[in-house]
Amino acid sequence: MSDLFRSNRHQRIAAITLASFALCLSPHRTLAQSECLACHADKTMQDSAGHSISVDGDKFSASIHGSLQCNNCHADIKEYPHPDHIAKVDCKTCHADEGSKLAASVHSSSKEHPCTSCHGNAHEIFPKTDARSAVYPLNVPKTCGQCHSDGAMATKKGLPSVYPHYMDSIHGNALSKEGLLVAANCQSCHGSHGILSHKDPKSLTFKANIPSTCGTCHAKINDDFQAGSHGHGVAKGDFQAPVCSDCHTAHAILQPTESAFRMQSTPICGSCHKDKLSTYHDTFHSQLGLLGGYVETARCWDCHDAHEIHPSSDPRSPVHPANLVVTCGKCHKGANKSFVQYQPHANAHDRKLNPALYFIRLFMNLLLISVLTFFVVHTVLWLIRSRFDQVKRNSGNGGRHA
Amino acid sequence: MPEVMQALAPEAETQTPKSERFFVRFTRQQRYMHAVLFTTFLGLAGTGLPLRFSDSIWARGMAGAVGGFGAILFFHKFCALALTVAFLIHLKEIATRGIYQREKGIFWGATSMVANWKDAKDLFAHMRWFLGLGPKPQFERYAYWEKFDYWAVFWGMIVIGFSGYAMWFAPFFARFLPGWALNAALVIHSEEGLLAILFIFSIHFVNTHLRPDSFPMDMVIFTGVESEKEFEHKRPQEYARMVREGKLEGRLGEAPATWFVRFARVVGFTAIFIGVTLLILTLTAYFD
Repeated sequence: MSDLFRSNRHQRIAAITLASFALCLSPHRTLAQSECLACHADKTMQDSAGHSISVDGDKFSASIHGSLQCNNCHADIKEYPHPDHIAKVDCKTCHADEGSKLAASVHSSSKEHPCTSCHGNAHEIFPKTDARSAVYPLNVPKTCGQCHSDGAMATKKGLPSVYPHYMDSIHGNALSKEGLLVAANCQSCHGSHGILSHKDPKSLTFKANIPSTCGTCHAKINDDFQAGSHGHGVAKGDFQAPVCSDCHTAHAILQPTESAFRMQSTPICGSCHKDKLSTYHDTFHSQLGLLGGYVETARCWDCHDAHEIHPSSDPRSPVHPANLVVTCGKCHKGANKSFVQYQPHANAHDRKLNPALYFIRLFMNLLLISVLTFFVVHTVLWLIRSRFDQVKRNSGNGGRHA
Repeated sequence: MPEVMQALAPEAETQTPKSERFFVRFTRQQRYMHAVLFTTFLGLAGTGLPLRFSDSIWARGMAGAVGGFGAILFFHKFCALALTVAFLIHLKEIATRGIYQREKGIFWGATSMVANWKDAKDLFAHMRWFLGLGPKPQFERYAYWEKFDYWAVFWGMIVIGFSGYAMWFAPFFARFLPGWALNAALVIHSEEGLLAILFIFSIHFVNTHLRPDSFPMDMVIFTGVESEKEFEHKRPQEYARMVREGKLEGRLGEAPATWFVRFARVVGFTAIFIGVTLLILTLTAYFD
């Protein structure tokens, strides 16, 4: 894949160079397409470095720039024959806004032509609503993936490979399998020309901005999130609080009702709520959950809610004492007031919090240890003695088998 | 392997003399009861351990092998029901024999499972014998460790069974139990289950089957009969009492069929193999 992308890039570089040379050979000041194409339509045409400088006239005239003359872009070519080396085309001349955003973005340092890296062959650029465009929604991930995938340029510079994760995600599947144009693609979350580092507070992917970025599509969930404890934390600048991507990941987002996500979810909450995870691990819910094949078992958010999370002291929380019968009753039909006194995070090691449980566990452990210790000693002594006795008895029989 | 040869030797002896007599120790119902007990116990242990040690490396593989957690819980409950039925039949049997038929000796005396003063004396005498400080005690029909096995299982079934059903039908039990009792139920169920597994798969296996006097397996629980020599050696006091009371001949049984002994041995060794495997898995998870 990456080799293919690289050769595409070379072709594009060649195309730019070729366009430059095309104008050098033009005989008139007007330099109409047909005049340039008189030479550059030749598919074998190459510059001195051996790069193709041929232009497909049909494709160019069908492209978004098809009505322009060659020297609208290759402005330094005034006459034919044109010089060997001509200036790089500056897209900013017309696309000033995009140009300035790009200059301020993470892609500003790109040594190669930053526009054609994403928009493709300079002579074959189509509007983003056209399926032939490299920035058509369904083509965006592949376009970005040219650099942001395994072994490609961005990953060589230490950035993570995100393209494969995205493609396996619920967004990637919606896009690639269903062709869902509204499915989030790279630029839905990162923007296009003005992409900033996630460390930049102005970035769409800066931690505090992620809920509203995701909220562009997931509006109701964003509202719920903002109303809950995590949302309040983030709003107050407490970046310990999680945002969407902390639980759902940024690129490998799974369908949350699917078993794969349910199976991996509790450790995510537990990475902050360590004590709660460890007490959850002691319960039947967790023992069931860890075994797999039974994904219905209660995970954190089945009881606490996923987005609008409140402390249990808040009447809005599903784990507020007044709401427990309903919450537990979602799975346990017939749950009553006594049933919900069950403690899903009981700690049998904590004498102060759960004294009854503490002493029951202590008693059971002492019973186990004392019974086993006594009988292990008893059995070992017995084994030695009866073997000794047996050998002695048989030695009386002439030492047979002793 | 001197033990193996040791064990084969008495068997060879019992088969050669045709005059060897066999005496009944267990009734057909008692043998069936043991078969149901060890089958369901292995089933319960095999399906309970992956839950108890669900974070161990083997738990998920074991659960997956039988069809995931849903299947595990189904087998666990199925075995629990079967064992409950067996337990209730046993209680009914005791009630019938003890109360209805007024059978003497079921609640007290030499043939009873109830512990008595002799058991305490036997325990100390046995320990003294282990250390070479005294003679070997003369055991009656049920020795003290056999009574312990019986009552451990009896108590275990009540405790594990009750806590298990409390979790199975939690909303129902919560009508008359406080909520924290459901927390306690899991602790009790898993700790007592663990004790049962560790005890049966190590102590019971060795005491009853693998010790030199019975090695490699005490077949009496499968065949119901034992040779006169074995009877006299293992339970001299009962043997003497039978002779004294003139009841010895009344307990004469038939020598077990060779095919049945072979079959029982395969079943028994399979059970021991599964048990020891589960024991090793438990220990690896426990000390992980």
